[in-house]
Amino acid sequence: MSAPPENPIVRKPGEWQPKILGIICNWCSYAGADLAGGGRIQYPPDIRIVRVMCTGRIDMLFIMKAFADGADGVLVSGCHFGDCHYLEGNYKAAKRMFMVKSLMKNMGLEDKRFRMTFVSASEGAKWAVVVKDVVDTIKSLGPSPITEFSK
Amino acid sequence: MAAAKKTTKKEAAPKAAKVAKEAPAQAAEKAPQASSQQHTVSAKDARIGVFICHCGTNIAGSMDIEAVQNYAKSLKEVAYVDNYQYMCSTPGQKKIDDAIKDHKLTGIVVAACTPRLHEPTFRTATKEGGLNPFRFEMANIRDQNSWVHMHDREGSTEKAKDAVRIAVAKAALLEDLFPKSVPVEKTAMVVGAGVAGMQAALDLAAAGIKTYLIEKSPTIGGRMSQLDKTFPTLDCSQCILTPKMVDVGRSPNIELMTYSDVESVEGYIGNFDVTIRKKARGVLTPKEAEARGIVGGGCNGCGDCDAVCPVVKPNPFELGMKPRKAIYIYHPQVVPLIYTIDFESCVKCGLCVTACGPEKRAIDLESQDELIKVKVGTAILATGYDIFPIENKEEWGYKRYDNVITSLEFERLICASGPTGGHLIRPSDGETPKKIAFILCAGSRDNTGIGKPYCSRFCCMYSLKHAHQITEKIPGAQAYIFYMDIRSFGKMYEEFYYRIQDEGTKFIRGRVSNIQEDPKTKNLYVMADDTLLDRPMKLEADLVVLAAAIQPSADTNRTRKLFGVSCSMDGWLLEAHPKLNPCGTTTAGVFLAGVCQGPKDIPDTVASAEGAASAASIPIHMGEVELEPYFAMCIEEKCAGCGMCVNLCPYSALSLVEKDGRKVMQVTEAKCKGCGTCGGFCPGGAIWMQHFATPQIVAQIDAFLLGGEQ
Repeated sequence: MSAPPENPIVRKPGEWQPKILGIICNWCSYAGADLAGGGRIQYPPDIRIVRVMCTGRIDMLFIMKAFADGADGVLVSGCHFGDCHYLEGNYKAAKRMFMVKSLMKNMGLEDKRFRMTFVSASEGAKWAVVVKDVVDTIKSLGPSPITEFSK
Repeated sequence: MAAAKKTTKKEAAPKAAKVAKEAPAQAAEKAPQASSQQHTVSAKDARIGVFICHCGTNIAGSMDIEAVQNYAKSLKEVAYVDNYQYMCSTPGQKKIDDAIKDHKLTGIVVAACTPRLHEPTFRTATKEGGLNPFRFEMANIRDQNSWVHMHDREGSTEKAKDAVRIAVAKAALLEDLFPKSVPVEKTAMVVGAGVAGMQAALDLAAAGIKTYLIEKSPTIGGRMSQLDKTFPTLDCSQCILTPKMVDVGRSPNIELMTYSDVESVEGYIGNFDVTIRKKARGVLTPKEAEARGIVGGGCNGCGDCDAVCPVVKPNPFELGMKPRKAIYIYHPQVVPLIYTIDFESCVKCGLCVTACGPEKRAIDLESQDELIKVKVGTAILATGYDIFPIENKEEWGYKRYDNVITSLEFERLICASGPTGGHLIRPSDGETPKKIAFILCAGSRDNTGIGKPYCSRFCCMYSLKHAHQITEKIPGAQAYIFYMDIRSFGKMYEEFYYRIQDEGTKFIRGRVSNIQEDPKTKNLYVMADDTLLDRPMKLEADLVVLAAAIQPSADTNRTRKLFGVSCSMDGWLLEAHPKLNPCGTTTAGVFLAGVCQGPKDIPDTVASAEGAASAASIPIHMGEVELEPYFAMCIEEKCAGCGMCVNLCPYSALSLVEKDGRKVMQVTEAKCKGCGTCGGFCPGGAIWMQHFATPQIVAQIDAFLLGGEQ
């Protein structure tokens, strides 16, 4: 519990900033992200959030649309299994997300660009870790080939 | 009617405002009709007002508000931009009100904290300006931006611009929505009948609300009934608790269901359908006996059955330090005074049936679990705590050494109604101990991964009380308290601490590293580092009492999932807001009382229970509640009638119906909770999730990635 305070996340000048979309559920991950705010837990600012009530709401096409629009990465985050505010929306979302991953592989898009995580309303610190990790992963993968291709 | 149905953008603003003002209830009734309408939201004529909040320096300190404002101005849907120190203040809200009127706005975006905090505030402001409150969208630029990118001004300004653009894109496509009012059942439920549950039930009952009080064990009273004295006043715990227990048993508004579990919960605030499993008790209450035609029969608590029962088992109320029979009561003051058969150990010899006699005929060895369905408006969880299994901290030898006991065992041993009649003894030889060591933070404030990281909050105080009790009861006895910090934070607590110091108890600041037993004398060597004297020490003690940490009770996790309540990382139930809504949960109509929310002493527990009871009584006294209108709707023109959504819905809210010669899906709005699981899957895009509709979400994604061009 006595983790040392996070180093402020400072961006290097001229460093490439990925475009990452986060679609997260209202009850767990959005609340967890708010908690990270309350706790002033710093993480990189490269993610933009769209709030839905439940990850079950997320159509696979939303994710594919994001990639088609040029997203470098997409994060879907919901409640832990068994903790869904709507009983089982996260299970149903998770099943669909496997399909997203296999679709991406078939298309030749690195499936690491897409991730589903589970962050509860009390896991502010975890949210920061998740975002940092997603940003690091996307940075190591570089810009989306779809963006590169459309150039 | 037609006015409420059409939700197209063109006519929406003035007309909807009128409808909302004139007859919101009527409009809400008619809203379901919209399901047959084609939803054609369009951002063409949108005039969005954007308001950027500084939140003092909370936001303004980490980003360039002016840059965000100028950026917002450049967006084509935006008709008006303003910023203010505190948008949630009265002048801030007034700005929204005025701008709607002056600039004919069709939607509002406030870039400020989180919708989880101030969405209701700004929705009200939007409504006061004459717009439908659901034409409001919030851009979170504080909790998920300025607070988490404090050292990256450029990054957070860019992120705020994007957040505003995303919010504007959605706001431009928002429709008028009308919350549905539903009646609230005038009954409540309290789960757990410890002091918290009892207090909550008594308060609800006193407010005229019929309350079901569900308790898993055969008697009410909970942990508090196991305690001997209470700090710092040294009241006898049972003496102050039993009047409440009796009141609960007597109250005409409380339906007490002991030896029962919650089996399932369905429904929503105002209308929870709860199924309760009444476990087979084997003994009839006088009421139940009467229902079976045995007039004047049923259990009267005489105990004749207990006397003849041949099966002996440890009594869990006495932590196994006293026997009970297979037919038992925990202690003489139980409420209700009805015996219970432990069917796992009962041999069905029938001796108790004979002893009970032909008049009472209270015993039914063939009794079965019963499922009872009740309907309640609100529910309070008061599921309490268990003692952390302190044997996991092996260095202290609990369960290995006879003379290492827990504080709860100490309570029973020092209690006049306990297994030894109040004589504190050493379990190894029955002798009276003279040197007693108390070890605080046993498993609490423990970052080793074995114990609990949190402070259990009442162990310091009860250990002080224990030290007092032994100096009072055992002449010449010496108490040693090994502590990290003494946390005596309550009213008259610090004074109590001074008193115990003056009585001669020795305080040693240091964590106990190890306890070893002398195999012959069964005395214990307590090894610690005295951090005040900066030297290691070894103390020979006759008895060691571990102030074990507490943890959520065993059934907490199961129960919370039934009610859709989250928990924090350590398992305690999660309140809606740690400071401003400590009794509420994120599930509307479900509240928390007592320790299930986090460690509390008795005064705090009772206060929390009274708070929960008050909160739970509000919807019941209001008579109706508004549900957020995030229902699913079927776009019948697109629906192929495949029925995939029907199986996906966790609430059985969807069904296939025959319409114009083909099958289409139909939503039962009262059952729909708006998760959107159906809408996320529908292969034909035929499901319209109000407020989270596909075009709205896609517009947000596009706004982010394509810079607002669609």
